[in-house]
Amino acid sequence: MASRGFSAENHQPVPFYRNVKILAVLLQIAFVLIVALVFWTLYSNMVAGLRRANIPLGFGFLNLTAGFAISETSIPYGPQNTYARAFIVGVINTLRIAVLGIILATMLGVLVGIGRLSSNWLLRTIAGTYVAIFRNTPLLVQLLFWYVAVILKLPRVRDAVGIEGVILASNRGLVVAWPRATETYGAWVHWLVAAVVAGVAVFVARRLQLARRDRPGAALPYALLAALLLMLIGGVVVAMTTGNSPLRIDQPTLGGFSFRGGATLTPEFFALLLGLVVYTAAFIAEIVRGSIQAVSKGQREAAQALGLSPLQTLRLVIFPQALRIMIPPMTNQYLNLTKNSSLGIAVGFADLFSVSYTILNQSGATVQVILLVMVSYLSVSLLTSFLMNIYNSRMRLVER
Amino acid sequence: MKLKQTPLVAGMLVLTLMLSACAGNAAPTTTETSAAGETAAAPSTEVIAGGLGGASTAASGAATGASPASSPAGGAAQTSAAATTSAAATTAASASPAGAGGAAQTSPAAAASGSAAAIAPADAGEFLRTIRDRGTLICGVNPGLAGFSSVEASGGYVGFDVDFCRAVAAAVFGDPSKVEFRPLEAAARFPALQTREIDVLIRNTTWTLTRDTANGGDFGPVNFYDGQGMMVRQEENISRLEDMGGAQICVQSGTTTELNLADVFRALNVEFTPVVFDTNDATLAAYAEGRCDGYTTDRSGLAAQRLGLPNPDEHVILDVTMSKEPLAPMVLQGDPQWRDIVSWVVYGLITAEEQEITQANVDTFQNSEDPTIRRMLGIEGELGAGLGLDNDFMVDVLKAVGNYGEIYNRHLGPETPLDIPRGQNALYTDGGLLYAPPFR
Repeated sequence: MASRGFSAENHQPVPFYRNVKILAVLLQIAFVLIVALVFWTLYSNMVAGLRRANIPLGFGFLNLTAGFAISETSIPYGPQNTYARAFIVGVINTLRIAVLGIILATMLGVLVGIGRLSSNWLLRTIAGTYVAIFRNTPLLVQLLFWYVAVILKLPRVRDAVGIEGVILASNRGLVVAWPRATETYGAWVHWLVAAVVAGVAVFVARRLQLARRDRPGAALPYALLAALLLMLIGGVVVAMTTGNSPLRIDQPTLGGFSFRGGATLTPEFFALLLGLVVYTAAFIAEIVRGSIQAVSKGQREAAQALGLSPLQTLRLVIFPQALRIMIPPMTNQYLNLTKNSSLGIAVGFADLFSVSYTILNQSGATVQVILLVMVSYLSVSLLTSFLMNIYNSRMRLVER
Repeated sequence: MKLKQTPLVAGMLVLTLMLSACAGNAAPTTTETSAAGETAAAPSTEVIAGGLGGASTAASGAATGASPASSPAGGAAQTSAAATTSAAATTAASASPAGAGGAAQTSPAAAASGSAAAIAPADAGEFLRTIRDRGTLICGVNPGLAGFSSVEASGGYVGFDVDFCRAVAAAVFGDPSKVEFRPLEAAARFPALQTREIDVLIRNTTWTLTRDTANGGDFGPVNFYDGQGMMVRQEENISRLEDMGGAQICVQSGTTTELNLADVFRALNVEFTPVVFDTNDATLAAYAEGRCDGYTTDRSGLAAQRLGLPNPDEHVILDVTMSKEPLAPMVLQGDPQWRDIVSWVVYGLITAEEQEITQANVDTFQNSEDPTIRRMLGIEGELGAGLGLDNDFMVDVLKAVGNYGEIYNRHLGPETPLDIPRGQNALYTDGGLLYAPPFR
């Protein structure tokens, strides 16, 4: 009698449709199914449509002759090559701009970021103005500015400015004297290999020595010095024995329509690189500034109390700690820079997107090419974040 | 413990309700589409693409048996398209043209099954109905090519191609002003046509096999016979392409020009470096700044663009023709009636010049005894009705823009700064290539 209400026989199990745990799982399954169905419908429509239009959804077109020329190629390429090769040329060009851009943007960004915190009024103001201008205007506008208003306004190729035979700037690009291999280069290669081996050996030995003494110190400069010295000795020896230097300086000369010889930095590449670096560096500067300011004030005071100079404080105490904070947002900027390089089409740079756009237009394989482009950018981005994540986990504070 | 969990449970229930509400909308759609297979699945994406392309109004007019099923499906699908990433949207958009082109090939089957597509012209006449329902013709033109299509001070479009757009509008509506112009860059024109953002593309487009097939287009008669040329600086002393070894040449991407350039120089075994831009303006600007030694495009375009350079006299157009460039109006494959309308408007303009019927004197021909003229102007016979138009459609066309020769002289003739000789674009009777089939 008294046990009425909460008796065992009244305590029935909750039916599954009222069980919160099961409902939650069911809902998620339903959601995934709906999403999958939507995508499946889109996909099957696309496939059906393409089939009806007699457009094969294959990648066979990649083996067809491209038929168009590309202005900048790092690997041998001509109109008689395939679409696949043209695409690879585009990928390499994008990687070139991305890698170089990331390195330069980081360097400039860190300098400007530190400059923004400087006690020097002029430096602080210049850095602040730089960030304000380049962070708050669209990248496309900046790119067109660099290309049309700055680079194309350089003197014509016949009136190029610079030092004759060494470095010359015109609106056809920057031409510099460049070392090129000669016939005796093969003999010198052995010395190069030896130099690398020696460099690594010195590096490892120095690291071991430092570890044994348990003292801070640098190993890299010694290794580089050793390798460089060996390379130089090798070069001299080869030149002495064969009477022919393994490298020769290729000087640019005006011939025909443009410069011949030397290495050329094309206006399109330069404009895109400049635009991306200047733009991204403004964001990196802000990240650097924020990360430095996020380091506890006590650290700086403690460093000063130990008698470290302001530069030492920054280099040895503040910056290493700020680095931990800045890595994740910095990764974002690196990814942005890589993706923004697709704006190169506006200044005529033959990057991945620009080349693919041409392929798409000439082959008619719209879907496949867009897929390829997306996958390519995705791979580059994922690789970048993967590397940055490794770096991040290595730099992370080890908590005990 | 139990009390603490209540908000969580309540929140979950709300979420459940919201989700089931969404699912309630979406579920019937998806089951329906999956049950009915490909035929029923077609409308939903095509509506998405229609939404993207701006031609969604067609659904109501075209839908027959599938109408009740397709409209909710379309609605739900459109929402989901908005929610998905832009990547998916792009895929959908690029998928649709193919669907559009494809529906044409299977049109008897599609018509029989009663499935109506919003984007693909399912049957002959669908384009004309859509355009009439909308009240304007949407015509894809060049954003700026003097003589062919450019924006004048008052903001309106003017030019040779533009007049052909007006002619088609006059044929459809009897009113040349019922036309809306879409400026399109070279690389954007085919997607615009494929997604039905435009009804007809009259934008100095070269007729090629690939464009007739892989790009899903159909071409009307050639309205301008062109050829690719090369412009260089006078001071360079270049007279032939063979003199251009090592030259850098500015060219626009996504054009036949780009391919011809590579072909011709390859055949001549002359080295060159292309400098490629995606817009005509950027390409020309780079040449003007001295970035390139040469600038190549169709000869008509060169004549027009040379005048736009700071010092036109410093530039010469080489006396070489690098390719055949028959420029023709382009429509989407799948609606033979619409293609016929565009074709016969062009033929009509050519025939009118042949018969010396002009904008000014067209009314005087109402009493003409010549049976050819009487048929063309709709005084006798039912030629217009065969196209789904009024029988006197050519009267409206000629009153609006005049005959082919008048259009030519107005924009490209000796009175204009361009002054392009008629050459191949003269009537066949004058040694040109313009030859229209008879109006009969």
